[in-house]
Amino acid sequence: MNASASPDSRATARARIVAVTSGKGGVGKTFFAANAAAALARRGLRVLVLDADLGLANLDVVLNLHPKVTLHDVFTDQATLEQAVLPAPGGFSVLLAGSGLVEYSRLTPEVREKLLAVIREVTPRFDVVLLDTGAGISEVVLYTVSLADEVVVVVTPEPTSMTDAYATIKVLATQQSRRELSLVVNQVQRVGDGRGVAAQLQQVVDRFVSPGADEPVKLRLLGDVPSDAAVREAVRKRQLVVESLPGSEAAQAIGSVAARLAR
Amino acid sequence: MKKTDAPALDHLHLEAALQLLERAGHALPGGRRDAAWLQGVIDGLCDLSSRDALTGLANRRQFELALDREADRTARSGEAALLLLFDVDHFKQVNDRHGHAAGDFVLQSVARSLQLCVRPMDTVARYGGEEFAIVLPSCQPAFGLQVAERIRLTVEMQAICIAPDLALSVTLSAGGAFAPPWVRSSGRLWIERADAQLYRAKGEGRNRTCLEPTALSMVSAEEKSLLFTTSAAIPFDDDPVAPSHRPT
Repeated sequence: MNASASPDSRATARARIVAVTSGKGGVGKTFFAANAAAALARRGLRVLVLDADLGLANLDVVLNLHPKVTLHDVFTDQATLEQAVLPAPGGFSVLLAGSGLVEYSRLTPEVREKLLAVIREVTPRFDVVLLDTGAGISEVVLYTVSLADEVVVVVTPEPTSMTDAYATIKVLATQQSRRELSLVVNQVQRVGDGRGVAAQLQQVVDRFVSPGADEPVKLRLLGDVPSDAAVREAVRKRQLVVESLPGSEAAQAIGSVAARLAR
Repeated sequence: MKKTDAPALDHLHLEAALQLLERAGHALPGGRRDAAWLQGVIDGLCDLSSRDALTGLANRRQFELALDREADRTARSGEAALLLLFDVDHFKQVNDRHGHAAGDFVLQSVARSLQLCVRPMDTVARYGGEEFAIVLPSCQPAFGLQVAERIRLTVEMQAICIAPDLALSVTLSAGGAFAPPWVRSSGRLWIERADAQLYRAKGEGRNRTCLEPTALSMVSAEEKSLLFTTSAAIPFDDDPVAPSHRPT
């Protein structure tokens, strides 16, 4: 791996850690994380997606991978981290949780330590580490998010998704003192519809969350991704839409989101 | 596979099983002693081994089965499901003052009330001595407290006649937790979380309900109503026009 620091490369010696989370499950969080990772990889970045959805890991399903070595094996000292970091179809790397991690849906001090150790070890080798966290505001999700430099909240225009996303944003602002959170609005009818969703969230944040914080809490809209037949097809075929149907509206939208994320 | 004859049922020792079923008031299967008859005996035994002998509610074994199944289902579907644990307040005093027969009668009466409060899809179980549990699938977080309180108050209002001229009433402490949606967990962890709330209800003076906070309980009605009030759209992060609410 190229360790020499070229003048234009990032000055930081370690990866930016970005948590991808959502208030509600089933909003396409993992699908977005995987496709955004591929889009970032296309921009020349070394990207790792860490499946931190310790309860309900399904990154392997999205990527159609059948891993023999998972994070669970690393946690239980049955494999080294090198063995567990696998190449994914989109030109990035993945570290899969595996489904043997049932007990980790509760956060014990050992799990905290192990997760932290794994993240510390991988960050020098990548430019971006995406933490695909679980949905909701359970202890394990909040802990994983707390390890990230920045947070992307995936939301859909659907009312329960927006309510749960708001709850997540509120908790992250109050408990983790986050003052800027990025937003990706998935499954919009038309590109641009995400602006309205973001605005609605922002106005409640302005009124109810920011007054209790030392400075205003801002939502940074990274973009929106339209509901697209291409996405449904890619999901069904277990492919990345940015790889299999790069010209589709959804793939283009994810590309734009990745471009904003990379800035 | 080689076709075998129907099992020679006459050679099976079923006396103990039939005795158990009879004693429990199960209608014994009638007719010829064939495979269908044997299935009837087995079904009866299964039913018997899943019920609490005193109250007729689901026993702990059956409860844990139902709970694990529900935890699994919510992990995949994200549907809300509530687990409630109830403990009869100061139950020891009932036993001490009125005798264990009265105590048993109280437990049976509470069990009957609980069963009448819920939907057919819910599982009501005797969890331990004077502890009861109810698994409520498809129960929305917004209604959790209302459901738990309705059950608790129904039991409190009920007069239990332990003797012709003596009625008493008991109160319940209730603790509850929703299954974590979209998280693969286990029934055991779910019980732990509901139990922590029951412990809290006891600690706060008994005869009350404590539920674990959910994401929904973090969002007030006022916040929710503002959330669904449309406002001027905010631009993408790199849109050329500077948004009004963001200082540039």
